[in-house]
Amino acid sequence: MFSYILKRLAIAVPTLLVLIVISFVLMHSAPGGPFTAERKLPPEVLANLNAKYGLDDPLWKQIGTYVWGIVSDFDFGPSFIYKDRTVNEIIAQGFPITLTYGLLSFVVAVVVGVSLGVAAAVRHNTLLDYIAVGVSIGAQVLPNFVMAPVLVLVFTLWLGWLPGGGWQGPEYWIMPVIALSTSFMASIARITRSSMLEVLTSNHIRTARAKGLPERRVILRHALKPALLPVISYLGPAFVAMITGSVVVDIYFSTGGIGKAFVDSALNRDYAVMMGVTILVGALTIFFNLVVDILYGWIDPKIRY
Amino acid sequence: MSLLQIKDLSVTFEGDDGPVHAVNNLSLSIDKGQTLGIVGESGSGKSQTAFSIMGLLAKNGRTSGSVLFDGQEILGAPAKVLNKIRAERIAMIFQDPMTSLNPYMRISDQMTEVLTLHHGMSKRDALVECTRMLDAVKIPAAKERIRLYPHEFSGGMRQRVMIAMSLLCKPDLLIADEPTTALDVTVQAQIMGLLSELQRDFGMATILITHDLGVVAGFCERVLVMYGGRVMEEAPTDPLFATPSHPYTRGLLAAVPRVDDEDAVMKAIPGNPPNMSDPPEGCPFRPRCTYAVDSCHTMPPLEPFAENRARACRRPIEELSA
Repeated sequence: MFSYILKRLAIAVPTLLVLIVISFVLMHSAPGGPFTAERKLPPEVLANLNAKYGLDDPLWKQIGTYVWGIVSDFDFGPSFIYKDRTVNEIIAQGFPITLTYGLLSFVVAVVVGVSLGVAAAVRHNTLLDYIAVGVSIGAQVLPNFVMAPVLVLVFTLWLGWLPGGGWQGPEYWIMPVIALSTSFMASIARITRSSMLEVLTSNHIRTARAKGLPERRVILRHALKPALLPVISYLGPAFVAMITGSVVVDIYFSTGGIGKAFVDSALNRDYAVMMGVTILVGALTIFFNLVVDILYGWIDPKIRY
Repeated sequence: MSLLQIKDLSVTFEGDDGPVHAVNNLSLSIDKGQTLGIVGESGSGKSQTAFSIMGLLAKNGRTSGSVLFDGQEILGAPAKVLNKIRAERIAMIFQDPMTSLNPYMRISDQMTEVLTLHHGMSKRDALVECTRMLDAVKIPAAKERIRLYPHEFSGGMRQRVMIAMSLLCKPDLLIADEPTTALDVTVQAQIMGLLSELQRDFGMATILITHDLGVVAGFCERVLVMYGGRVMEEAPTDPLFATPSHPYTRGLLAAVPRVDDEDAVMKAIPGNPPNMSDPPEGCPFRPRCTYAVDSCHTMPPLEPFAENRARACRRPIEELSA
């Protein structure tokens, strides 16, 4: 197990390198640059700027310098747009916010989604089931960029219960979390329901019932674990999607998370910030896929690393 | 009083193409310590009979009739009542040992929960008792292997685990639903040998459901032959094999392959089992029966004709031997 984790972490290094190279090349092949503006800069100024940020070097050298900066100093470079800020600072400021409401949304989506799915499967073809299926389909077809303004409209403008934006305390977390978690919650509920329905017809559940176990114990102790396997494989990518999906939340609720910085950097060709966030998301993806695999091994005894 | 008395049990499934009549007006009784075989081919309703006793029918199954266990009506009883009887008084082992154990739990956890639940034993005492039971079903190194997961056992070993688990509470009745069908022949013999040994030692009544007449001959005192959800014939084992009284039983016996006679030809019963969503009128075996007459278009009642014997056929026994 331990050596497996080490191996996976070792593989993560070349994976991230490939990610860096591809993103770097893509980024530089997009037209424009950080210093492209409506009013053209004098060529000498532009040349100076390019020299200062190393943009006049050949691409391979730029990549090399960049990677070396990360490896030697864990330095992701200065922002190309905000003169006095480094990428490390921008991420350090935005990421905790994104992580806070991302994790909260994740917990809400998992807890509510799994409970809803299990309840629907156990009460299959009853009113509760129909309501659960209806709610999850409704929630899934409602994208967060629709959800967010509707929430603001209802809870801020009409009811005046919640602040419409900002990031100052728990009451500011509620709407971002709802907006971000709803569609994931719906997917988790649907996956849980269908996999639970399948598990409940399996032979070993019949054995559990024949043993005279109360239905509650049959569900929680015998059916839940196998029913969660497909949910867990969905959770890794889902968590990363929540972090990156925070773009919409950041824009609507002015939460100041990493999502806004990511979009701005792409629009402004702020190469360093773009790279920094890309690497961050890539690392998260690798990490959560590893977590999923470890969880799989913990649930299914047939999987041993 | 019989330990288990079933009267007029019918099981119907609501299907997309209308109701499927899996079991029709089945009656049987079994006393303490007796062994009863229920024989029939796939779809004859034998497993569904067992599931309705245990309250384990699929959700679209409907039952009517009566199942008295020790004088108590348990057909359609609420789960609370059934859960006091399941494992504790009636235990069941299933056809497919590869999937009947929970693949995500250790054998120890699956077994001990029966005792902690029904007998309120501590986990440690339960583990000792479960290990003893695994010894009884001859699982070598039970003490270590009880910690393993089902996939670390072979099919035969898993069925031994199932048997051990079913006997933990010393039930009065064991229902074995095709316990050897999924196993290869040598293992079959071992498991049946083990079952008869345990049946003798524990003295529980046993209902053995099978399509294998050879298995019945070695194990059961009495046999019920089912076809198309109905009882065709009921008899003590020896007379049944000596003088089968129903054309279907005769067909089944003729279809048993023989290795002692090289010239013997295995005679399959012509035709196919009936489609139970559209069963033939009258006797379900009529379309395949070489002795069928006009009066077979109404179902003949199951009538006693000799000591402990009953048959559901209008043709006199003498005419069948022709």
